[in-house]
Amino acid sequence: MREVVAVAENPVMLYSIGKDSSVMLRLAEKAFAPAPPPFPFLHVDTTWKFQDMYAFRAQMASEHGLNLLVHVNEDGLARGINPFDSGSVVHTDVMKTEGLKQALDKYGFDAAFGGARRDEEKSRAKERIFSFRTVQHRWDPKNQRPELWRLYNARHRRGESLRVFPLSNWTELDVWLYIHREEIPIVPLYFAAERPVVDRDGTWIMVDDDRMQSRLEPGEEPELKRVRFRTLGCYPLSGAIESDADTLPKIIQEMLLARTSERQGRMIDHDESASMEKKKVEGYF
Amino acid sequence: MNSDLIERDIDAYLEAHERKSLLRFITCGSVDDGKSTLIGRLLYESQMLFEDQVAALEADSKRVGTQGEELDFALLLDGLAAEREQGITIDVAYRFFSTDTRKYIVADTPGHEQYTRNMVTGASTADCAVILLDARKGVLTQTRRHSYLVWLLGLRHIAVAVNKMDLVDYSEERFHEIERQYRAFAEQLGLEEFTLIPCSALRGENVLERSEAMPWYDGPTLMEYLETVEVDQERMQDAPFRLPVQWVNRPSPDFRGYAGTIAGGQIAPGERVVVLPAGIESTVARVVTFDGDLELGVAGQAVTLTLEDEIDVSRGDMIAAADAPAPVSQQFEATVIWMAEEPLLRGRTYLMRVGTAMVPATVAPIRYKLEVDTLEQIAATQLDLNEIGVVHVELGQPVAFDRYLDNRDTGGFILIDRITNHTVGAGLLMRALPRSENVRLQELVVDRDARAGLKAQRPFVVWLTGRPGAGKSSIANALEARLFAAGRHTVLLDGANLRRGLSKDLSFSDADRAENNRRASEVAHLMTEAGLIVLVAFVSPFRADRETARSLFDEGEFIEVFVDLPAEVAAERDTTGLYAKAGTGGVINLTGVDSTYEDPEEPDLRLDMTAVDVEAAADRVLALLSERGLLS
Ligand SMILES: Nc1nc2c(ncn2[C@@H]2O[C@H](COP(=O)(O)OP(=O)(O)O)[C@@H](O)[C@H]2O)c(=O)[nH]1
Repeated sequence: MREVVAVAENPVMLYSIGKDSSVMLRLAEKAFAPAPPPFPFLHVDTTWKFQDMYAFRAQMASEHGLNLLVHVNEDGLARGINPFDSGSVVHTDVMKTEGLKQALDKYGFDAAFGGARRDEEKSRAKERIFSFRTVQHRWDPKNQRPELWRLYNARHRRGESLRVFPLSNWTELDVWLYIHREEIPIVPLYFAAERPVVDRDGTWIMVDDDRMQSRLEPGEEPELKRVRFRTLGCYPLSGAIESDADTLPKIIQEMLLARTSERQGRMIDHDESASMEKKKVEGYF
Repeated sequence: MNSDLIERDIDAYLEAHERKSLLRFITCGSVDDGKSTLIGRLLYESQMLFEDQVAALEADSKRVGTQGEELDFALLLDGLAAEREQGITIDVAYRFFSTDTRKYIVADTPGHEQYTRNMVTGASTADCAVILLDARKGVLTQTRRHSYLVWLLGLRHIAVAVNKMDLVDYSEERFHEIERQYRAFAEQLGLEEFTLIPCSALRGENVLERSEAMPWYDGPTLMEYLETVEVDQERMQDAPFRLPVQWVNRPSPDFRGYAGTIAGGQIAPGERVVVLPAGIESTVARVVTFDGDLELGVAGQAVTLTLEDEIDVSRGDMIAAADAPAPVSQQFEATVIWMAEEPLLRGRTYLMRVGTAMVPATVAPIRYKLEVDTLEQIAATQLDLNEIGVVHVELGQPVAFDRYLDNRDTGGFILIDRITNHTVGAGLLMRALPRSENVRLQELVVDRDARAGLKAQRPFVVWLTGRPGAGKSSIANALEARLFAAGRHTVLLDGANLRRGLSKDLSFSDADRAENNRRASEVAHLMTEAGLIVLVAFVSPFRADRETARSLFDEGEFIEVFVDLPAEVAAERDTTGLYAKAGTGGVINLTGVDSTYEDPEEPDLRLDMTAVDVEAAADRVLALLSERGLLS
């Protein structure tokens, strides 16, 4: 992070409100203390996040005095893009991917920190820590640089940008353990609690606001279940798991004994078998 | 993983996990040696896989696997295959697993042509290497190559996994034969710490589980080896203190801190430090972190230092222990590994990133390149992709550094192309060049050979001496016209012209004549440095002065031509009217009239100007030059 701040003209930290963002925020505070993190935080909002997430975002911004920028793809909104009718792929593509590009262009950011990790998916295993994007935000596989020792080459031409992944070498367990050790606040949705959910195609979807309420299908009756979320995104696309884990050690315990990976809860991966590679080329992260 | 403890007492487990050390290792092997199978098995057996991943693995194994009904662990690692299709050329994949004692990051590099640059990249952050070989094939050229590269990158812990032992009937004899082969090679390299482990990645023998089929082997399994090998990070804490300054932290007028990751040693408040390359000393006031000040900062920690004195420190500087400062230099000998399609060229300027400094770096001579397979040194003028060479580098400004051998973080560098911004090379600083070598180096960056090479010619001097009016200028003009027509780059220094400019402060006294001669010689010398053919038409009456001129040049590059016309004939011809003026006292000290001219005793060529005309004389000079090979 220090490296990026030293060499980039206009860096930004992507803030998605999830646990990885919480860790990144803490790391940023550590990297620049006693100064506050010398860059703004950007949330690309799809308008479909959990209410708890919006509340948490507001709380973090005020407690940490963040320069928080929220960007919504207004064009997508106007076109009526939403996760129910448009499908998860189009929704994510327009509201998240397009939205991110719009925001980066609007503010002229030349470096964006992201929370992606190499252990998340096997094709990510070789992603660089400093990942280069063309003027069109595309990831050109041939244009990536070898990373030796601790020497990063962040030089880029005007218009080109880089995504930087400080958590590249962390595992999911590392993230949880760090949250535990550092007592980092995270959105309550990660902890088990009684929540209204419906079973949709074998996945527990939370009825988070009345937009969902009004879209309940015949026979769908919200029921209160003790659930929690392993990953957070747009609520209609995030599956809950039944759980009693209401403390960090219990979450970690559950995670260590779990037999399914974090990504299972992400609907986006179920929807289309296209590789992460393809999404990356398009600028998904 | 200890799932028992996780279930029984998660807090105890978390506490134990906190104390786990991290080991980063690289795996190297040729295609089909079993690398993917080995890493897949490590991931599988250390239970890093979730059910959905195992289910996917089972399905894939049935569909495209090579192991029939068995699991094909290699399929866990498909990331690189996809990459290859896309034509990515630099690829190192990082994988993660952990045991009860350690966390591991594996740098996995595919075994194809791009191997050198991938391996070097992977090895640069590794503590240890696992080199695979196929027991049926034994120690191959590739094995040597892999061993050399990890050795070059400073890895001193090497496990040689002799894989596919199941295919050689778990033969003890075969294993010892391979061990002997490897030992011989390791000795040649100076490799001391290595461990050969007979195993079968496919069957999981001597990987995690001890093999029952090889009771004769009592060394560690691969996993036991990895669990116990010493971690580099701890070693660096004993090195001299080094902090490359990454970022200057100035949140308010009363705080000025220097942020960076400690690259060596330890630091405490009150200790004396020196800021390099400036060499200004100060005392550490605080070792600041977000979690409070530290009493002791150690290698590997990212900290912020404040100093007692207000001195100028910026990114790129190094803060070092005052009693063990890092050397500072502007010229280095370094080993360079070239990573770009465009070759590394001598004389080309790149950007060098070393520590946190970014400086222009020009590659002076390439001393030699290394034939990695045989360790042979070969003369070279460029380095191509994946080649390794020892070069001299000259920087635009001095930097503080350590030898790579002593500190990877302050002795390793990358080279960046100034136009594309790509990382095109990696290097290891070996030593600073002493001053005597520096001077030579400065000449050599773009030297006379380089300049002359550009003009496709050899620089030399034709020094035409003789009495005034002998025909020196005319011959020089005729000669230059011929050379010019032949595409040579020339320059003509005429005594008369020099007298009007450079030497117009000089008289015709003996002392001033000598000075005039000296100036002409030096100018001629500079011109040959520029790669030019220099024609000097100069009376230069004294033998000693002409010898002085000759001494400036290399043997064979100073051609003395005596344009011989006796004074009486010259006066008679008097082409320039000087003799007439001298006769009336208009010119004082006209050589040959009222001052002496010493005939050359052994000129390279004597032109009897009573016998030949100017054109013929020029032809004869030209003939001599060809004869001497100066025009080839
Ligand atoms: N018999 C035997 N075959 C092996 C062993 N290790 C790997 N193989 C096989 O060798 C082939 C190449 O292995 P792979 O792991 O893909 O090699 P890589 O190219 O080095 O990654 C595959 O068919 C493996 O099943 C071993 O220990 N014994």
